[in-house]
Amino acid sequence: MELSNQTILWLYKTMLTTRCFEERLIEEASKGKTRGSIHPSVGQEAVPAGVCAHLAMSDYISSTHRGHGHAIAKGVDVNEMMAEIFGKSTGICKGKGGSVHIADFSKGMLGTIGIVGAGVPLAVGAALSSTLRQNDSVSIAFFGDGAANQGILHESMNLASIWKLPVVFVCENNQYADATPVEYATSATNISDRAAGYNMPGWTIDGMNVLAVYDAAGVAIGRARAGQGPSLLECKTYRYYGHFFGDNPLTYRLKEEQEKYREQDPILQFENDMQLSYPKCFASRKRIREEVTTSIEKAIEFAYSSPYGPITDLYDDVYVNYAGLETL
Amino acid sequence: MTVTNTRQIQYKDALIESLTQEMQRDPTVFVMGEDIAGGAGRAHLGITEAWGGPFGLTKGLIQQFGPSRVRDTPISEGGFLGTAIGAALTGFRPVIDLMYMDFVGVCFDQLISNAAKIRYMMGGQAKVPLTIFTRFGAGTGNAAQHSSIYYGILSHIPGLKVVVPSDPYTLKGLLLSAIRDDDPVIVCNDKKLIKMSGAVPDHPYTLPIGESRIPLEGQDLTLVGIGYTTQLCLEAAQTLQSLGVKPEVVDLLSLSPLDKETVLQSVRKTNRLVIVDEDTPRCGIATDIAAIVVDEAFDFLDAPIKRVTAPHTPVPYSKPLEDHYLPSSEKIVRITKELLNRL
Repeated sequence: MELSNQTILWLYKTMLTTRCFEERLIEEASKGKTRGSIHPSVGQEAVPAGVCAHLAMSDYISSTHRGHGHAIAKGVDVNEMMAEIFGKSTGICKGKGGSVHIADFSKGMLGTIGIVGAGVPLAVGAALSSTLRQNDSVSIAFFGDGAANQGILHESMNLASIWKLPVVFVCENNQYADATPVEYATSATNISDRAAGYNMPGWTIDGMNVLAVYDAAGVAIGRARAGQGPSLLECKTYRYYGHFFGDNPLTYRLKEEQEKYREQDPILQFENDMQLSYPKCFASRKRIREEVTTSIEKAIEFAYSSPYGPITDLYDDVYVNYAGLETL
Repeated sequence: MTVTNTRQIQYKDALIESLTQEMQRDPTVFVMGEDIAGGAGRAHLGITEAWGGPFGLTKGLIQQFGPSRVRDTPISEGGFLGTAIGAALTGFRPVIDLMYMDFVGVCFDQLISNAAKIRYMMGGQAKVPLTIFTRFGAGTGNAAQHSSIYYGILSHIPGLKVVVPSDPYTLKGLLLSAIRDDDPVIVCNDKKLIKMSGAVPDHPYTLPIGESRIPLEGQDLTLVGIGYTTQLCLEAAQTLQSLGVKPEVVDLLSLSPLDKETVLQSVRKTNRLVIVDEDTPRCGIATDIAAIVVDEAFDFLDAPIKRVTAPHTPVPYSKPLEDHYLPSSEKIVRITKELLNRL
């Protein structure tokens, strides 16, 4: 399928922004500027980009602990994301969520949810809202191979299927749930095989190839928008880092395997594709790289220069209203 | 001012009347749960009569509002609660019928990690206007897995609100408040109240979440009740009055937020406190109230605080065991006498 130059450049810029955001974030994390765990999605950038390229602001996504790429692809501001992970008051969640709870409801980004699988029914609920409103918005539930074995995923898929809700279940199978390999933990050969049990189509595709993701997601999202119900899209991909930054993945996987996937890097692959099929876009790659680097450096500056929130933030937003919330 | 007609109706009729009135008023309200219509999806076989759940509490709702707003779900509490949270985050006011409070266990993650925390951890960007109504309590021979009380556990969780009506009047007022509230509220209904009759105005009205009430004023001691145990306190009060003792009864109604001022004011007046709760005693509401009163009204206490609760056991099946398990007005009277004899 021939894509517009605009779409090609958007895919490229979105993947690069995610890569650059996370690589710079890791630098800052190694200097101790962030807290808790950072779960990099470096290597997996093709999935959020290829899927979200089909979405409008009125569409919804729910995401996972490895969600920076989903947030960026749904249009969340990188300054506010970076400030959030620095714990600053200018963060998208006022510094109260951090890396694992980024959300932007104004953009249909319902949140990166830290409990594996728990974000999936939120997308189903958003899809129910669209159905009740009788509009054509769709919802995407991003999850990983780890969540594929959680009961909540199966309950959500069953419910979406019996109610024919406009939701696409997108499994980013990066082949490791923390340190546990997918072939050990998962009874199905392909996670997409499980779609059959819920009477919905399921596909397994190369999640390192953004054009393959784009094409398959287009079909799945098109079905959902046309009222044909949910589907399951399994994207086989790979994370270059460990489960979290600081985890050494060589304790549970082979160097040769890591090298093999790095050779299929989604951004390098796409540059090759652009060179062959979209020479105009290929010619502007240097400019885009510079733009992305500049925007992420600005985000880092923004995060550094932003203040922490006042201590009273501790008590805000537990409830919309609550009589007599006690303070320390 | 609305002209109101106050009738005697049963608790279960107050429930369906509240749902009906609120669904008529607000098109974003919809109801979801197991068997709430019952027989959904069988219209082509001529089956349109709704079962209305095992207690018949939602009977007739689907005929009035149709299957898109009265949604039968699979037995899939985590899935449909999570879906309701997603709908609440995107502009609806879902009301979830959780058949028994025991089933909190199968949807606990969605409740504690999503419903309770999304607003906070996302910096106040979103709200979760979700209502869950559920049944609890022993005394019906339903044994350990269909009689449990988890409102203490739920009240422990920042981000959730928990109310326990004590009669048809408070049910209607609290349920309407819960549906209109912008936070997740769990409305806990004692099974023993479902057939209770009481005076209920026919127009919609609300009772503020977080406020207790005093159904009986007195000066000799304070009896605090929760839901059905408020009825036990009132029953015990009659016996005590015949013995010349004048108890004050506080009907807690709201466990989170907790109206501690009403309890404290009553204790400052009566100087004695008995808390009656059917929940198990460890880390529960009764224990919480005792701690608050010791902390904030210690100097007003003339006697130790007593808790009349279930024992630290699951709910037994056999009638004599279950009868012994439950708080009763006799136990309240006995404990009160012991307390007063200490003088």
